[in-house]
Amino acid sequence: MLLRACSFRVFWAGSDSVSAVDSSLTGPSSKTSENPGQGTKSPRRRRLAVAGVALGAVLLTGCQLPTFGAYKGATSQGRSTFHLWQGFFIAGLIVGGFTMVLILWAIFRYRRRSDAIPRQTQYHTLTEIIYTISPILIVLGLFVATVLVENEVTAVEPHPYTTIHVYAFQWGWEFQYDNGVKVIGQTTDAPTMMVPTNETVRVYLRSYDVLHGFYVPEFNFSRYASPGYWTSFDLNVLHNGVYRGQCTQLCGLYHSIMFFNVRSVDPGAYQTWLRATGAFQRTHPNSIGQLPASLHGNVNGTAPGYSGNSGNSGTGNSGNTGGALYGD
Amino acid sequence: MATQEVRYTVTDVIAPGGAHEHIHYPGEEYAERIEHHEHGPSGILKWLTSTDHKVIGLSYMITAIVVFYISGIMALVMRLQLTSPHSSLLSFAQFNALFTMHGSLMLYLFAGPFAFGGLANYIVPLQIGAPDMAFPRLNALSYWLYLTGSITMMLGFFVAGGAAQFGWVAYAPLSSATSSPGAGPDVWIMALVLTGFSAIFTGVNLCGTIFYLRAPGMTMWRMPIFTWNMLVTGILILIAFPVLTAALVMLFCDRHFGTHIYTAVGCLHVNGTHMASCGSPLLWQNLFWFFGHPEVYILALPFFGIVTEILPVFSRRPVFGYKGMVFATMAIAALSTGVWAHHMFTTGAVLLPFFSFLSLLIAVPTGIKFFNWIGTMWHGQLTFNTPMLFSIGFLFAFLMGGVTGIMLASPPIDFATHDTYFVVAHFHQVLFGTAVFAGFAGVYYWYPKMFGRMLRDNLGKWHFWLMFIGFWVTFMPQYVVGLLGMPRRVASYPSNLGWQSYNIVSTVGAFIIGISFVFLLVNFFVSWRKPIPAGDNPWDAHTLEWFTTSPPPHHNYTHLPPIRSERPTWDYNHPEHIVVPHGRSARSNGHANGKVKAGV
Repeated sequence: MLLRACSFRVFWAGSDSVSAVDSSLTGPSSKTSENPGQGTKSPRRRRLAVAGVALGAVLLTGCQLPTFGAYKGATSQGRSTFHLWQGFFIAGLIVGGFTMVLILWAIFRYRRRSDAIPRQTQYHTLTEIIYTISPILIVLGLFVATVLVENEVTAVEPHPYTTIHVYAFQWGWEFQYDNGVKVIGQTTDAPTMMVPTNETVRVYLRSYDVLHGFYVPEFNFSRYASPGYWTSFDLNVLHNGVYRGQCTQLCGLYHSIMFFNVRSVDPGAYQTWLRATGAFQRTHPNSIGQLPASLHGNVNGTAPGYSGNSGNSGTGNSGNTGGALYGD
Repeated sequence: MATQEVRYTVTDVIAPGGAHEHIHYPGEEYAERIEHHEHGPSGILKWLTSTDHKVIGLSYMITAIVVFYISGIMALVMRLQLTSPHSSLLSFAQFNALFTMHGSLMLYLFAGPFAFGGLANYIVPLQIGAPDMAFPRLNALSYWLYLTGSITMMLGFFVAGGAAQFGWVAYAPLSSATSSPGAGPDVWIMALVLTGFSAIFTGVNLCGTIFYLRAPGMTMWRMPIFTWNMLVTGILILIAFPVLTAALVMLFCDRHFGTHIYTAVGCLHVNGTHMASCGSPLLWQNLFWFFGHPEVYILALPFFGIVTEILPVFSRRPVFGYKGMVFATMAIAALSTGVWAHHMFTTGAVLLPFFSFLSLLIAVPTGIKFFNWIGTMWHGQLTFNTPMLFSIGFLFAFLMGGVTGIMLASPPIDFATHDTYFVVAHFHQVLFGTAVFAGFAGVYYWYPKMFGRMLRDNLGKWHFWLMFIGFWVTFMPQYVVGLLGMPRRVASYPSNLGWQSYNIVSTVGAFIIGISFVFLLVNFFVSWRKPIPAGDNPWDAHTLEWFTTSPPPHHNYTHLPPIRSERPTWDYNHPEHIVVPHGRSARSNGHANGKVKAGV
């Protein structure tokens, strides 16, 4: 689960495609390597080079790599974060693994074998310079990758498809849509935030009382809902589905059960829902944001794991959950 | 000869070249003074009235370890609660109070005071050949403020409404009088003000002692790394703690005197406009983390220092890259004052690249330290007594915590994992690695010096191995469940997300750690009832404190060895291996002796 390895088939498919690229890109050099004058070493070297490039390509494309325990990201922003996570995880494995091997080597190789006093070395300037400069280079690399992804994740489009104002309160959520539709739910009666799939959704976030955390694990994203100022971000959900969300910032007594869901449907279905809900709320001005089951979005409207719900959330990529009503 | 002893009188040590240099106490008179002091109060009165840094240091450490056990039991109760998704062992309120107090006790009242109040108090004057701390009475005041603060904080459980429930960070406006009414939060604030002043006074004392009370020959560049780290810690305390204390006073004003410093009253406008007069909840986070992130290094640097003392001794080698180590410590301290907002990436209100870059940059000096530790062991003659095992345990724990720390320094990854169990696992691995692995390495290492008797090595190894295994079993599943989306500070969680099995494993690990600490108590008990005398220098150690008797006499030294390198005791015991300072290693062929002798 944590380290779901690349499947063999995928790996080879990757390397095949890359070897094709390889020969086209490095045409002249691959021709020279096929030169019989190179002797018996060349095929092995070539295979090594292809494998190296393949590995590099697999590393770059990212999606063939293990997830390393993280969600792949159900939004385009979350997908970028996921690839960054993979990069950091691999860098961590290499650096951490290297350091760990050094420590283990020192422990096992230099156990006391005699009472002789070892050399009393205090300095080795070259080594020290190397291990000062190499972390700086690694950090620079990580920083560049961070900034690139960060700019994608925090970018806001000038003309989003729709805008949702999200208010957090002790202990629930309120979602306000462009046309005045308002959805409210508390604690385990988790409200659902309806969003259109594959469109840019601008979320404005704020709190009525204390700090809260708007967190959707499968989006690889969280943001504080704070009193006093607005914060905003864009979401582009990639597939239809229901994604569970939860407050992550300690907000008092019922922080543990302050749930919500995000449900993404096709834009057409989203508009249908928006109109139907708007009509309902105009005719029922005292509904205080509560919706009848038919408009609730989430099938039974309670948080998973608190009502014996078999869990159409938490597995968002399954898509099409209970979507018959809205035709998605 | 290089082995020649140089005798100093106490005034020489206190004020070389200072105002008192004309006063000269003959040796006998000095001995009488010592005698006189030792016929002072004894028993409980000695502990209550002493200004001796060793007595105060021990008081600090004993109090801190009691706090550690109490807080550890709280952790076990919380782990029990989390073994099932909807456990009814604790109510939400009780759970919130428990994690608030667990964090507060561990961070404010155990890790810090244990290191800079306890170990540093005891060890730093010994390491630099000083007779006491610079301000002994201020030192006593520090301890009594700390003890009072600790008791005050735990009294929170007995007031109406129970202890504070807003987490150890007390984020505004959850910590306001509206959201957290009752006396519990006030007691919490007052406890921190008290211990905050205690820490500030200790910081003053440490800096004063290290700057002004070094023995002749103990130049700054000959100070042991532990002392160096305590100096830098003292400076960081002076930077960070006043900010916390001031922030707490403002919080108290918000709660009781009607100010609106951290509250957003009147700020809320649906159309997004701001009102100029409203307070700022974000200000609390900025102030708190401006204290809080240096605090993280206040909790780490002393423990780096402990490990840097232990690894060379049990490798029989000097510290590798001594100056690099010192500069790395300074770099960490400098950077630590500019990274506070990496705790606030998800506020959407901080400059992400700046704080991300500085946070990532801390990996560089930390990496230097790591390689220096490895370089110290490289080509050494390693023995694995208990202090060494704990130090190596620290290396692994801190490596893991450090690698995940670099991940969290990247804002997008932080967005994905902020306030989840991934972060919980990360900072427990860091802080457990430092405060517990390295901290108890220090206990096993210096216990013979403090009590003149050994701790049992076999019991120590039981303690180590159980703790080491328990450590990984506890915290590795928390990374996984954090990546799955389990938030921190929840008393219950949905049952259908597959989180329970990870939580059960984690709880089992926590109890293994709990059991390991029974061995420490047994070890103390055995060494109390059946002492094995330690002698002055059981480890063939390097630094000055191992030159005096165990335990050291009042005012620490009757005479000192010549101090010509970072490790005077080693030079004294191994004159043939003296290393020429600032140069390459000298082979044991006698040339080095000549140089050192010439330098006298």
